[in-house]
Amino acid sequence: MFSEFLQYLFTGVTIGATYALIALGFTLIYNASHVINFAQGEFLMIGGMATVSLTAMGVPMILAVVLAVVLAGILGILLQRFAIAPAKQADVVTLIIITIGASIFIRGIAQIVWGKEYHVMQNFTSDEPIQVFGAVLNSQSLWVLGIGAVLVVALVLFFTRTLIGKAILATSMNKEAARLVGIRTQMVLMLAFMVSALLGSVAGIVVAPITFTSYDIGIILGLKGFVAAAIGGLGSGLGAVVGGLLLGVVEAMSAGYLSSDYKDAVAFSMILLVLFFLPRGLFGAKVVERV
Amino acid sequence: MLSTMMRRAGKCAAVAAAGLMMMSAQAAEPIKIGSFLSVTGPASFLGDPELKTLEMYVEKINEDGGVLGRQLELIHYDDVGNASSARNFASRLLRSDRVDIIVGGSTTGATMAAVPLVEQAGVPFISLAGAVVITTPVKKWVFKTPQTDRMAAERVLGDMKERGLTKVGLISGTGGFGSSGRAQTLEVAEMMGVEIVADETYSGSDTDMTAQLTNIRNTDGVQAVLNFGFGQGPAIVTRNYNQLGIELPFYQSHGVASDSFLELAGDAAEGLRLPASPLLVPDSLPESDPQKEVVQNYKSEYEARWDSKVSTFGAYAYDGLMLAVRAIEEAGSTDPEAVRDALESISGYVGVTGEFNMSPEDHNGLDADSFRILEVQNGDWKLID
Repeated sequence: MFSEFLQYLFTGVTIGATYALIALGFTLIYNASHVINFAQGEFLMIGGMATVSLTAMGVPMILAVVLAVVLAGILGILLQRFAIAPAKQADVVTLIIITIGASIFIRGIAQIVWGKEYHVMQNFTSDEPIQVFGAVLNSQSLWVLGIGAVLVVALVLFFTRTLIGKAILATSMNKEAARLVGIRTQMVLMLAFMVSALLGSVAGIVVAPITFTSYDIGIILGLKGFVAAAIGGLGSGLGAVVGGLLLGVVEAMSAGYLSSDYKDAVAFSMILLVLFFLPRGLFGAKVVERV
Repeated sequence: MLSTMMRRAGKCAAVAAAGLMMMSAQAAEPIKIGSFLSVTGPASFLGDPELKTLEMYVEKINEDGGVLGRQLELIHYDDVGNASSARNFASRLLRSDRVDIIVGGSTTGATMAAVPLVEQAGVPFISLAGAVVITTPVKKWVFKTPQTDRMAAERVLGDMKERGLTKVGLISGTGGFGSSGRAQTLEVAEMMGVEIVADETYSGSDTDMTAQLTNIRNTDGVQAVLNFGFGQGPAIVTRNYNQLGIELPFYQSHGVASDSFLELAGDAAEGLRLPASPLLVPDSLPESDPQKEVVQNYKSEYEARWDSKVSTFGAYAYDGLMLAVRAIEEAGSTDPEAVRDALESISGYVGVTGEFNMSPEDHNGLDADSFRILEVQNGDWKLID
């Protein structure tokens, strides 16, 4: 009985940690520009696919991971430079639509370069699952949780301790004022895209051994990440983490205790409930409309 | 005088020659084989090998002198896995290309969209898609080459019973393939006296099925587990199954009978069984097996020509084309009515997929035994039955 519960919990927390990392990427860009970047899932895919194809070419795992993350970072910058920046004065909705277009474009390229098959990535460490009170934990889950935690701490430090981080925050609070005090807001936006691409690609790499990876893995994981961000309250880092974990655990519990048929339905009705009572999400900022 | 006569004779000869040429042109008019396949799009793993197979064998038959002394002409369209464009292309094949027979329809959706048009036009149609609905109930002009998912269920449950396993945990994908397979399994189980004690599902994009498998493991009395699904889902199920350390005999469906599944599932697949085409194990078929030669030839010819691995799906197209050719030869013409009758009376044709014995009641012509039960041993397929 307890081992059953523990099993569902492990499953939920692992996938939830992935959702949380993706949600953080959404949050970052949303904070800097109020744009919801629907190409976030593609960063995830680039991370996983690039690592797999590089290791297949004989590049050592660690180097492949670094290269894949760098590639995703460059892609993030390019996305901002060539898709978002040219549409300077466009309103947020237009920018969001641009990101959807960009994601379809990136997916198309990936399909041509890497093909349509699913690919396997080896576990970082042993394949042996770990037994805890009768429940089984994939050793890769520990990597997902560990790296997720490190990234969250790093992000918090980045935003509170570094000048660049503070500049991003300042831009998100008031773009005009930030520009007046000498912050190059375009540069800040570019940085936000880059960091969020780095986050996404790392998430994509650590979960690839569990989920496999393919050119279209970003669609559904990206969507779930967005849902997690919305539950937590768009723009809140804490919210993204809590939202992600909550979504993962609710999914696993409903698959285990209710019925696997209704797993997604339960997760999505949870969003409706949360947004119904807390329209800004669990941790969303109380925004006062300025006139 | 002489010159006029010569001129006249010359004219006559010219007319006669022209007439002869027209006649021979008529005789050599090609037999048109129409096809609509999902060559690109989500079902391209079906359509791509199917088209390659058709192209390759039409070429080969033409080099060997064609059928009834006439060349074959393949007219094909790509429906991108979309049922409504399949319908449009079927209509174009029937109305403007005026094909003699259609061999195509990679997916059940595309096939069923074309069926009403084909029935109305009265042109024989050999489908390459799996579901039972295509030939049950029997439609006058529609035939198909792949086995049905019902046969897969019969074969798997039969093998379980032989091993004395009668309480089965079922886990299936919610996609078209998985849900149809689930329905057939439930029906067949009832007929065969096998009890389905757990019935779990997962959606195609799920990345972890540990929760569902934990439920099955904790079900009282479960003796074996069957996964009916398609794509990467079954590979994740296999891995989770292994991680949870479940010791029960594990079965998969023919939906994952390919080498890429072995690659995805890795060591976790060790020991699982599934029903599959003999194409996966051409060399371990016994010499007495009538299919051995056909299967080996198809595999080596395909791989030599396209430099890529042969797939079960391409074999459906091979059988479809060969059945069409055989029917036209038997009928001695391309008269649709005669070709259809010939198709319906084909018996004992040994193809790559199995031995076809068509009848007015059965437009598929295969039986469940055409599936072989394979087991994964040391990372490779091993023929069990």
